[in-house]
Amino acid sequence: MTTFSDSIATALQLIAGADPALLAIVARSLAVSGSACVLACGAGVLLGAWLGIARFPGRGVLLTLLNTTLALPSVVVGLLVYLLLSRSGPLGFLGWLFSFRAMVIAQTILVLPVATALTRQIVEDVDSANGEQLRSLGAGALLRSLLLAWDERYALLTVLIACFGRAISEVGAVMIVGGNIDGFTRVMTTAIALETSKGDLPLALALGMVLLGVVLALNAVIALVRRWRLDHSDQPVLLRAAGG
Amino acid sequence: MSGLLQLNAVDLDFGPVAALSHIDLGISSGERVALVGANGSGKSSLLRVLHGLLKPTRGSLRRDGLARQAMVFQRPYMLRTSALNNVALGLWIRGQTWARARDGALRALAGVDLAQVALRDARSLSSGQQQRLALARAWSLQPDVLFLDEPTSSLDPHAKREVEALMATLAKSGATLVFASHNLGQVKRLATRVVYLERGRVLADLPVQNFFNGPQLRETSLEADLFVKGELT
Repeated sequence: MTTFSDSIATALQLIAGADPALLAIVARSLAVSGSACVLACGAGVLLGAWLGIARFPGRGVLLTLLNTTLALPSVVVGLLVYLLLSRSGPLGFLGWLFSFRAMVIAQTILVLPVATALTRQIVEDVDSANGEQLRSLGAGALLRSLLLAWDERYALLTVLIACFGRAISEVGAVMIVGGNIDGFTRVMTTAIALETSKGDLPLALALGMVLLGVVLALNAVIALVRRWRLDHSDQPVLLRAAGG
Repeated sequence: MSGLLQLNAVDLDFGPVAALSHIDLGISSGERVALVGANGSGKSSLLRVLHGLLKPTRGSLRRDGLARQAMVFQRPYMLRTSALNNVALGLWIRGQTWARARDGALRALAGVDLAQVALRDARSLSSGQQQRLALARAWSLQPDVLFLDEPTSSLDPHAKREVEALMATLAKSGATLVFASHNLGQVKRLATRVVYLERGRVLADLPVQNFFNGPQLRETSLEADLFVKGELT
């Protein structure tokens, strides 16, 4: 218990003192996971929106496979990317193994099914309820999927959080393809694993607290955006109700 | 009057449920056709088949290929953007440039007395305003035939009157209207012809005067006669 409380105290000191090593790891984690999220959500939202609307033979099988990839173990993704990028692999000529790019690719692959599947569900639900009204205006499947995804942009913020949460908290894939190289590919989760195994609990705990803090802050920002939007939308109705 | 739409022996099944059975119905230019009947009688399904949103399981739908169509729904769906953009979207989808679409949308909004809220978020408008917005969106497309699915059923009496007044204006302009309604007073005021549906079948198809006053209805369909008298809901 003493070790635990000492670790927390030391962790807080590291955070409060803006320890350079800590900040570097945090910044790298945010950069890797942020980049992966942008790539995965960019592609996943478009693909998911289209899957929510499109009807074609084999769609059911494709959706089952997509939903299965939601549970893709990060170490498996890491292994696959490792095999692709290793010197003897098909993409070995790129020389990206044990690099920032390799970690971004691994996390993008890990997060893409989440973005696609959740977007598909959101768009399909709203299309079932209201899509016929856009069809009535003459909107084809592609335009409808884009319009509905855009219209559900606040719901899609939740997808963004889920993707970022999945990316920043995974350890297996970045450990395999990044190699946890100090000052180069070391991110929060791999650093936590390493420092714990070395017995340096304060740094591990500090990183864990920062990790939680980052996700908490992101959630708070998005909740504020949603709340602002809700208030903004309701304002005229409330004003009318008040006789304004 | 020229034929705009013709259904021949149309059936519509939702799985094992027959929503429409053996419908033969023709709609001519300038008609104002009311579809009446109890809940689940097939009014909304028939409107959707006529508009092309649902494909008949059997039978055929023949339509004037040049005739433009639009539809107003019971609960209009507005995108999270301004009222103006919601109306302009329909025109843009039909091939107008965005600038022209916005001009057309402004005129349509003025026509339903919503110009003053053109830049407001469409979803912040009241139900009645949203339904008028939906009418503007549909009417801006200058349809040859306008379908309306119980457009006033979810509105309060004041909003109901406003929307019905707009429908009456459209009716006077010579538009072809096909609307589903539970409101028999509204049917009397707006329709020239009434189609009574029950369990997906057309049991009566009469001019409005004959439907409400003539002896023809009782001879054609006892159920429809009871419905008009308020003894069947």
